[in-house]
Amino acid sequence: MSIVPLARFQFAMTTIFHFFFVPFSIGMALAVAIMETMYVITKKEEYLKMTKFWGNIFLLSFAVGVVTGIIQEFQFGMNWSDYSRFVGDIFGAPLAVEALLAFFMESTFLGLWIFTWKMVSPKLHVVFIWLVTFASGISAFWILAANSFMQHPTGYTLKDGHAVMNDFGALLTNAQLWYEFSHVIAGAVTMGGMILAGLSAFQLLKRKNNEMSFYKKSLRLGLLITLVGSLSVLMSGDLQMKALVKEQPMKFAATEGLYRDTPDPAALTMIAWANENQHKRVFGVELPYALSILAYNKFSGSIKGMNSINKQLVKKYGQRNYYPPVNTLFWSFRIMVGFGLLMLLVAILGLFFTRKKKQLLYRQKWMLWILGLCTFIPFVANTAGWLVTELGRYPWTVYGVFTIKQSVSPNVSVTSLLISNTIYFLLFSGLAITMIALIIRELKKGPEDEEKQAQEDQKSEADPFDKGAFE
Amino acid sequence: MSSLQLLWFILIGVLFAGFFFLEGFDFGVGMSVQTLAHNEKEKDQLVSTIGPVWDGNEVWLITAGGAMFASYPFWYSALFSGYYLILFVILVGLIIRGVSFEFRQKVAPKYKNLWNWTLTTGSFIVPFFFGVLFISMIQGMPLDAKGNMTASFTDYINLFSIVGGVALSLLSYLHGLNYIALKTIGPVRERAKNYAEFLYGVLYVGLVAFAVLLYFKTDFFKLHMGATVTLLVVIVLLTLVANISVIKSKELSAFLASGLTLVSLVALLFTGLFPRVMISSLTQKYDLLITNASSSPYTLRIMSYIALTFLPFVLVYIAWTYYIFRKRIRHDRYTEY
Ligand code: HDD
Ligand code: HEM
Ligand code: HEM
Repeated sequence: MSIVPLARFQFAMTTIFHFFFVPFSIGMALAVAIMETMYVITKKEEYLKMTKFWGNIFLLSFAVGVVTGIIQEFQFGMNWSDYSRFVGDIFGAPLAVEALLAFFMESTFLGLWIFTWKMVSPKLHVVFIWLVTFASGISAFWILAANSFMQHPTGYTLKDGHAVMNDFGALLTNAQLWYEFSHVIAGAVTMGGMILAGLSAFQLLKRKNNEMSFYKKSLRLGLLITLVGSLSVLMSGDLQMKALVKEQPMKFAATEGLYRDTPDPAALTMIAWANENQHKRVFGVELPYALSILAYNKFSGSIKGMNSINKQLVKKYGQRNYYPPVNTLFWSFRIMVGFGLLMLLVAILGLFFTRKKKQLLYRQKWMLWILGLCTFIPFVANTAGWLVTELGRYPWTVYGVFTIKQSVSPNVSVTSLLISNTIYFLLFSGLAITMIALIIRELKKGPEDEEKQAQEDQKSEADPFDKGAFE
Repeated sequence: MSSLQLLWFILIGVLFAGFFFLEGFDFGVGMSVQTLAHNEKEKDQLVSTIGPVWDGNEVWLITAGGAMFASYPFWYSALFSGYYLILFVILVGLIIRGVSFEFRQKVAPKYKNLWNWTLTTGSFIVPFFFGVLFISMIQGMPLDAKGNMTASFTDYINLFSIVGGVALSLLSYLHGLNYIALKTIGPVRERAKNYAEFLYGVLYVGLVAFAVLLYFKTDFFKLHMGATVTLLVVIVLLTLVANISVIKSKELSAFLASGLTLVSLVALLFTGLFPRVMISSLTQKYDLLITNASSSPYTLRIMSYIALTFLPFVLVYIAWTYYIFRKRIRHDRYTEY
């Protein structure tokens, strides 16, 4: 066994796991910030209860997001040292800036948010959660700046076999960055809304009378957020697709499963299966005109297939296999888009059937079940999105400049990688199981538990901070 | 060597020093959860002392790593890939302790102890292996012409590096005990003081062993006689100050002294390394130097602008947090705040 696939597996496993919790945290932080803002404005206790209850679930995902993030930061050096040498001049900067600008803010104000409920005024307290939300956006921006450089390198020259930065501004005005950033944030917002709505639906199935209104409110807020999120994810995704046609035609052709150039106008393939060894499509079902519309916004225009792109790439960059894993890309893309459309539909129908006049949804068990199961969809959609983006870049780590094979650490042994992969896998499984168990536990406790606790707190009149520290 | 290169070498040192000063006491408190506290209430009380700040403290490490990547990519690459397994163990330690803060509070009571244990174990593992890493690094490691380090287990696990690991964990533990004495009211405060009094006795032995091994195993005395001796003296003096402060129950001064001991230790390592960043045990030719391991002047300049603009803000709100949480935590009414 060689180190390249092991290192790739490790990167895939750890980032995918990290990215289960990243959009979960970003989306939930936003939802919780909205709830607390409503509390500050309306002064209704119910919103405070919502803030605290969903806040607990947000904190769980944040905790796992943090610890899996540290792995990411270290593994560029650990597994990809030749890559780090090659791009360090450019790539390190956004990572360092992310830590300085985002992580300090995120962690500090989250600490303040968790622990100052009784120490500061509600108006100040809500500022803390907004700062956490804002900081997680900044964090996303900078890490995606690094990723966008890999997808579409700008602002650099090659010197002594290294990429050297010569224009920091170009790194930040990279079009790829702005597409990715809007798409990822939109995906995170969708996720937050969907989880909120989905978990509320599960809770509504239990039909506890005293909690109904609490979960109905949460459910509607969740659906509203999902609606905004999934509309934005659709629009930004559309822009990304049009950019891909120009910037990474191979990735685009692979997500469409096109080996041969299409006729003009191009048809969209709905489902297909490819024989990746023979570079042939086994079967496919097509929708006429649709691909031209998606790619160019008009009823004409053909798309280059992978076979001719491969020839071009060989001419430009030398003899090498440029075919990415076609079936994975094709299906990941369809899963992402399909689930995106599904969530949009669910949000629209859900909002419609929970409107004031006619609240059909709350009475129909099967509808609640569907909504509940939708909780899991955004996890799959986000992962599928990253698979498209990252696997589609094959064989490059930095597109057109540096390959995956050149990137790995030459001095790390297969044994080390096997050990770390195995232990990470066990550790992540343990964390995931605990996480799910704890979320279920929080749900079982329900929002009333918060209230009981609050009453108890009031009973014991002792002030925890009744003596100064530095006397 | 340009002044920007020097600035970033120092900044990385400052970030690591900040990490050990701040997260040092977090580690100490984490270790104390299973070794100092007698019951669940006391454990909660201890965890409350660091609850709001531990993640922010950990970010010093993340920033140090990021800064190293950005300003010294060759150092970052050599160090992180060379110490693969050690860093992996450190990561596992950071993970199991990082989740415990949230998990121990939310799990069913019967599982709570599991997460207390991961907190304590993780808190021991991380400083110990950082000690092993840094102390073996200053002894020189097999670094080839390309800067790839191909060390085996016996290269980095040796007497000196183990002494270093023990010393760093012990210092963190003491720093944590001093912090507990400073931040709590109730039985743990008294107990922390007693533990610290005893452990300072052990620390002196460790420091002597450390100084002797430093003399024989590194070239620090040859290259930087003055600085090395001065810093060693400072470390001993700070330890004395801390020890006396503990005995006299001057809690703030004990805490600051133990923190500054950790800072001086980092300073000792960085001055000793200078002007290298990694030492090759194969031949001096392969040493990674400040001059040949850094990023381009352009990148360093951009990074400097950003760091110097934003660092003050960060420091201000961090200081504000410590001000907000300045009061002591009681044992009889530990808190959800
Ligand atoms: C689009 C957003 C995004 C992406 C692509 C990544 N992360 Fe992340 N990361 C976050 C968004 C985020 C966050 C929202 O800011 C997190 C997640 C949950 C959290 O607690 O903060 C976080 C946490 C987090 C932490 C812990 C911060 C702390 O202690 O407070 C580190 C060190 C990293 N990340 C580093 C990385 C690296 C090196 C990545 C590249 C592979 C990466 N993340 C991908
Ligand atoms: C958090 C969201 C992300 C996910 C889920 C993700 C997913 C993946 C996956 C699945 C792979 C493995 C592909 C393969 O096996 O070849 C990969 C590779 C890689 N990605 Fe990402 N990625 C993410 C973000 C990033 C970011 C932000 C960066 C850079 C800052 C990055 C840099 C890399 C590198 C260096 C590789 C290794 C080279 C390779 O195998 O292609 N990734 N990523
Ligand atoms: C509904 C229509 C959607 C379209 C047309 C679309 C389009 C795209 C495209 C073309 C890419 C690849 C970009 C590249 O490689 O540069 C991508 C990536 C991605 N997608 Fe989507 N997407 C859609 C829905 C979703 C949904 C619903 C989610 C998750 C909730 C999602 C999450 C992601 C993520 C995380 C990535 C990787 C990061 C990135 O490159 O932006 N997408 N999407």
